[in-house]
Amino acid sequence: MSSISPSVAALRSQFGAAIERHLISSAQTIVYVSRDRLHDVLAWLKDSPGQDFNYLTDVTAVDYRDPERPLEVVYQLRSLGRRADLRIKVALDKRAPLEVRTVYDLWRGADWLEREVFDMFGVSFTGHPDLRRILMWETYAEGYPLRKDFPLRGHFSRAEQTRQALAANPEAHYSLEELSMAEAYGELPQDMQERLARGERGFLK
Amino acid sequence: MGLTNPAAGNAEDEVTTVSAVSPNWVTTRLDFLTNWARSNSLWPMPFGTACCAIEFMATAASRFDLARFGMERMSFSPRQADVLICAGRLPFKLAPVIRRIWDQMPQPKWAISMGACASTGGIFDNYSMVQGIDTIIPVDVYVPGCPPRPEGLMYGILLLQKKIKGETIADDTLRDEKLVGPSGLFLPPHRVDELSEPFGNSVQQTRSS
Repeated sequence: MSSISPSVAALRSQFGAAIERHLISSAQTIVYVSRDRLHDVLAWLKDSPGQDFNYLTDVTAVDYRDPERPLEVVYQLRSLGRRADLRIKVALDKRAPLEVRTVYDLWRGADWLEREVFDMFGVSFTGHPDLRRILMWETYAEGYPLRKDFPLRGHFSRAEQTRQALAANPEAHYSLEELSMAEAYGELPQDMQERLARGERGFLK
Repeated sequence: MGLTNPAAGNAEDEVTTVSAVSPNWVTTRLDFLTNWARSNSLWPMPFGTACCAIEFMATAASRFDLARFGMERMSFSPRQADVLICAGRLPFKLAPVIRRIWDQMPQPKWAISMGACASTGGIFDNYSMVQGIDTIIPVDVYVPGCPPRPEGLMYGILLLQKKIKGETIADDTLRDEKLVGPSGLFLPPHRVDELSEPFGNSVQQTRSS
C-alpha cells in the first residue's frame, strides 16, 4: 500500500529537474514540481496513456505557520480507469506574488476549486476565465482568511464587519453568465449595468 | 343594555337582552380578540441554515406537530409570514439576506432566534460569522440549545404567544419598523462590539490590528 507510485519514475524520466522531490505520506505519493513546468507536468499526467489522471479531485493550498516556509498549492489527481491517486504540490515563495498557471483548460472542474484557493489564500491563477471570490462576498476587504497571518476574528471590529455585511448588495455582483441565466440584466441598478457593460469582473479590476 | 319597545305599555315585560336577540354574541376587549387571533395563527418564515433547521423540521413534522399551535403553514414567502425563525448560524454573507427578508415581512411580525449560533454566534467566534442575529434584526425570543430539541423550540413559540397576548393595539410603537440607521447598523456600533466580545477560551485569540 505504501509503495511509491510508478508515476514518479515516469515523471523523472520525462521532466528531469522539474521534479524537485517526492515523498510518501499516509500511503500517498506526493511529488513537488517546479512552478515553471507545473502545467506541462499536469497536462502530461492527464493525457499520457500510461498515466491517464483524468479526474482532478481537489485543488487546495497549505500555508505553514513558519513565515519562511513557502505556501504550497496542492493538486490531488485520480485516474478513474487505473484507480490510482497522485498528489502534486507546487511551492510558492511568499515574498513574491503568489501566481500559478490555471489548469482550467485541462480539467473544467478546476474552475471553482481555483476560485476557492484564490478566495481563501490569495493565489492568482493566471489564465483563469472568471477568478472571483466564491465563498466570501466580492467586496470582502479583510484579506485571505486561511492565511496563517490572518487573525481568527478578522482584521475589522465586529461593528465594522456587520456594517460592511449589511451594506453588501448580493445581486450587484452576479457574473454576466449568472445574470443571463436569470435574464435579469434589465432589473439591475444602473451603475451595475454600466460596470458589466464595461466587462468589469468583481473587485479585481 | 336592554332594548325597550316604547310602544309597549308594560316596560318590564318588553326588555330584550342581548342574548335573547342572538345567542351567538360575545363581548370582549378588542386587544384580547386581536391578540388571540394573532397568537394562534403565527405563520413561520423558516430561515434554516444549519443543524437547528433539522430540529425545526422535526418540530413541524407529525411527532411534535407544530400545527397544534396554529403554525401549520410554513410561509416560504416573507410577504405572508408573521414570525421569522432563524434556525442556525448566520454568516456575514447572509446578513443582508435575512435583513431583506425581515424588511419584506409586513407588520405585525416577530422573530425567534433558534439555537446558540443564531443567538450569540456560538462556537463560531470567527471572521465569517454574525455574533448574534440581534445585531441584524430585532429578536423577540431566544431559544438556547445546540441544537434545541423540538420541545425547546415549542416552548419558545409558546413564550412568543404569551408575549403577543400581552401586547396592545393601542401602542403603535410596537409596530414600528426598526430600520438600519445612518451608521449602516441596526444597533449602535459600540453595542455590536459589546455584544460580540470574546468569551470563554476565545479570549486568548486576539485580534491583530
